[in-house]
Amino acid sequence: MKQPNRLEHGGRIDRDRAIEMQFDGQTLSAFEGDTLASAMLANGLKIVARGFKYHRPRGVFSAGVEEPNALVHLRSGARHEPNARATVVEAYDGLQSTGQNAWPGVRFDISAVNQLLAPFIGAGFYYKTFMGPVKGTAFWMFCEKFIRRAAGMGRAQTVADPDEYEKVNAFCDVLVIGGGPAGLAAAIAAGQCGARVILLEQDACLGGSMLSLPVGGESDACLKAMEATLKGMDNVRILKRTTVFGAYDQDVYGAVERVWDHVEVPPAHQPRQRYWQIRTKQAVMATGAIERPLVFANNDRPGVMLANAVRSYVNRYAVLPGKKIVLATNNDSAYAVAADLVRAGAEVSLLDARVSVPAELFKPLEALGVQLYPGYGILAAKGSRGVSGAKIVLLDENGCARGPSKTIRCDLIAVSGGWTPVVHLWSQRGQKLQFDEQSASFLPLKSASSTLKTAGSANACGDLNQALLQGEVAGQEAAKAVTGVVGVQVNVPRLKEAIYADDWARDLLMIWSVTREDGSTDGKAFVDVQHDVALSDIDLAHREGFVSVEHLKRYTTTGMATDQGKLSNINALARMAQLQALSIPKVGTTTFRPPYTPIAIGAIAGREQGIHFRPTRLTPVHDWHVDNAAVMIEAGAWKRPWYYPEGGETINQAYVREAAHVRKHVGVVDASTLGKIAVQGPDAAEFLNRVYVNAWKKLKIGRLRYGVMLRDDGIVLDDGATARLGENDYFMTTTTANAAKILGYLEHLLQTAWTDLKVHVTSVSDQYAAFAVAGPSARDLLDAVCSGADLSNEALPNNQFVKATIAGVPVRINRMSYSGELAYEVYVASGYAHAVWKNLFKAGASFDIKPYGTESMGALRIEKGHVAGPEIDGRTTLGDLGLAGFASRVKPFSGSVLRHREKLDMASRPTLVGLEIDGDTGGMAGSLIYDQRAQQMGEEQGFLTSTTYSPALKKYISLALLRDGHERFGESVDIVNHVGDTVQTAKVVSPHFFDPEGARQNA
Amino acid sequence: MIRINCPVCGLRDETEFTYGGDASVTRPPIDDTQLSSWMDFVFMRDNPRGEHREFWHHVQGCRQWLVLERNTANHAIGSCTLAAGRGT
Repeated sequence: MKQPNRLEHGGRIDRDRAIEMQFDGQTLSAFEGDTLASAMLANGLKIVARGFKYHRPRGVFSAGVEEPNALVHLRSGARHEPNARATVVEAYDGLQSTGQNAWPGVRFDISAVNQLLAPFIGAGFYYKTFMGPVKGTAFWMFCEKFIRRAAGMGRAQTVADPDEYEKVNAFCDVLVIGGGPAGLAAAIAAGQCGARVILLEQDACLGGSMLSLPVGGESDACLKAMEATLKGMDNVRILKRTTVFGAYDQDVYGAVERVWDHVEVPPAHQPRQRYWQIRTKQAVMATGAIERPLVFANNDRPGVMLANAVRSYVNRYAVLPGKKIVLATNNDSAYAVAADLVRAGAEVSLLDARVSVPAELFKPLEALGVQLYPGYGILAAKGSRGVSGAKIVLLDENGCARGPSKTIRCDLIAVSGGWTPVVHLWSQRGQKLQFDEQSASFLPLKSASSTLKTAGSANACGDLNQALLQGEVAGQEAAKAVTGVVGVQVNVPRLKEAIYADDWARDLLMIWSVTREDGSTDGKAFVDVQHDVALSDIDLAHREGFVSVEHLKRYTTTGMATDQGKLSNINALARMAQLQALSIPKVGTTTFRPPYTPIAIGAIAGREQGIHFRPTRLTPVHDWHVDNAAVMIEAGAWKRPWYYPEGGETINQAYVREAAHVRKHVGVVDASTLGKIAVQGPDAAEFLNRVYVNAWKKLKIGRLRYGVMLRDDGIVLDDGATARLGENDYFMTTTTANAAKILGYLEHLLQTAWTDLKVHVTSVSDQYAAFAVAGPSARDLLDAVCSGADLSNEALPNNQFVKATIAGVPVRINRMSYSGELAYEVYVASGYAHAVWKNLFKAGASFDIKPYGTESMGALRIEKGHVAGPEIDGRTTLGDLGLAGFASRVKPFSGSVLRHREKLDMASRPTLVGLEIDGDTGGMAGSLIYDQRAQQMGEEQGFLTSTTYSPALKKYISLALLRDGHERFGESVDIVNHVGDTVQTAKVVSPHFFDPEGARQNA
Repeated sequence: MIRINCPVCGLRDETEFTYGGDASVTRPPIDDTQLSSWMDFVFMRDNPRGEHREFWHHVQGCRQWLVLERNTANHAIGSCTLAAGRGT
């Protein structure tokens, strides 16, 4: 297909590699080196998108990351990507793209009818209109669905992204951000000073603004020389297609490298994008500047573009987007553009808002045949689906029309309102910005101690040679700050002769908005093109009393689109300042936050997704559980056997059978996930005495004891058994969930407060496995399998342990019961755990041994009224849980003072009770308990914590926390599940449902 | 992300550490039975803008509790010492 706007010669495209792409079903011919936007322009595509709110037709506006209009959908299926800026999408053969925010398409869009309603859709329109008329929020919420759908951006994909993303950590001395002239010079200088340098450039090529200058010129020679110099430096690492999106504390920078975004499908095992976390000592911000648009009626029409974007398309892509061009400016930087456009074959009229322009600027243009209009601006763009003319007018000092307007016919309007230095990273680092009157821009307020240096256009520097020089100095200073070596000679290539200066900063006239004498415009004049915020919206906000820039931003949503106000910021501030009769710095500016440009969440997640989101912890006998068809459940990071179904059992059938089996025969549960902490040292007993509520100093070697810990505020923290293995050697267990927390807490006490105690705490959770063997046959089974220990009730009563061997493996057998049955805990070194477990089962066959999971373990402990996580919920006291008897009355312990605060000692606090639930359905934990005697429902009196079916009682039971619980045994209460909308009744009983005397565990 | 210069392990990312609260408060002796001293210790904190001494636990490293000087206004990091070394 013919490319009507492609120039015959020139450009940095590869004309030998012709490619074809699709946009909305239309074929675009292009070359390698094009972007999607340059291909659109080359093929004469004018309307490529629709506006956010009014659905007005929009064309390509810029040539970079600031693009507000040309947002498209890329690719299809699972690789579909919304809101891609066509100006930075590298062209590749077969690229599929479609327009977005338009139906049926961008060229004809039904919602464009909004344009007719535009006078009514001002700032705050939707809220004012739809929130008022009907009381309550239901009406608004109904309308909101349609409003949100009509306004908006691209459509997100809902299927999983098939591509891979990865994360890299990097370290360097000097990070150079931006591969334009200043950045290249900085990287060379820092590298020559001996620093380890990383240079990042968001574009696919190095050169930055130099790529927009004429091919084969003086600047190209300089760029080539710099690239050659860098190639020879092995201490400089260069990453292209890499955007630094955020600057963080202590010189950490976040960047995303688009490794294989420029192809349809990345090669096998290659990531589409890579997230870099870079830790550096110094950084040079050579991030350049973004050209500022001008504001006039219909300045959003397809065919209105940034002046230097047009220059980019001409010089870099060999695309001339218009033949008859009106160029409007308030500064010097449009003059070089005009010259390049004429040389490319366009007819150019140049409007300068400034009345007097230096001769050295306009003389060369006159010779080229450019028509000059000093003191003029554009009042309105003509044409509806594309620019057909420019209504121009003489301006007064406020940018208001002075005298009659006239119309110039044209097919392209190029505008330059000066430049906005890209200072996002500076601002993100919390560094100050200062308004520079000369360049009318916010610039970094430099300080010598800053680890972030700035260079080039980000500093509003003048011409190319000045950018090179600033880069060189910044690179040298950064390297010097790292190496400490001064006076290193550097050799950075320069331009042989200065090329024409496009210094916008030296003589800019602060006029950006052009209006009629009365301040009105001939149509919508957009300040924020991407979010459809017009001059009239800012004016409305002002009339309604919005004074603060932060309020204005949120009310009008200016600067809140995906471009984050890259183009609109200063123009909006300038209008506010004008309305309030203040200077721009008095109005202030909003704060920049990461990311600088949108980044894919996939890149940040990297490979930390699905099963790799966090480590999975497996017990040493995990494989046995899997082989024996256990259904596993996640308990924190652990995987634990939940239940072991037999012959198609449901979970309810399985856990009831398992629990009943334990009470009748013998069962084994894998308790290896318990937290295990070795507490060692001469002051270990004193330490335990302080952290546990009960006494520890008299615990003999060979004994173990259940203990409860409180937080310092008196609330129950954790519980578990601790055994005294030797004189100065204790073995503590914690609950599975709190293992890490308790270890950190003990370390905190020992290292920050009780530094005089000679105690070490060491996690041995992974070193030992633990199996609970429970049931009437437990002793017989262990007798059969153990050697070297007397397990009789007399030799080994509850709360004692013995050392023994099973199949030659040393084990420790604690006599203790969680299930309420005759029970033991077998501790064994992890490496031998599987062998010991298998031996238990081999010997247990004749005792009808069965494994049981966490569900039946829960049922057994609820039957016994033992508390666990649902009861120790960070709000309950010893008294609440019926554990007050454990607390020592004589010794102090952590929490012993604050547990007696008035509210924690109140008799009416909810306390632990049992509930026998009527009927044949179980209760739901979290259901609320209500008093049946009350006339009205009133407030709840407690809630269910742990519920189960009890095979021993043959009914549904629950533990609960109930106000005045102990005085209400025998009372009938209502249980209400407000989520499931069910009401049940239950009888309040003692939480010790089964064998309250403990005859079975002491047998 | 801040980076913390652990006296044992060297300069490490914040993600290896957990925050452990204000290091300028002193835990009452275990046998102090005054309600007020424990109330102060557990609940009363200044909320300074600027220099702050705080506990950090190198939980993914040497497991030492550290006392770190951090500026709450700009995250500037000052000295970092072992908490166990305090007062000795």
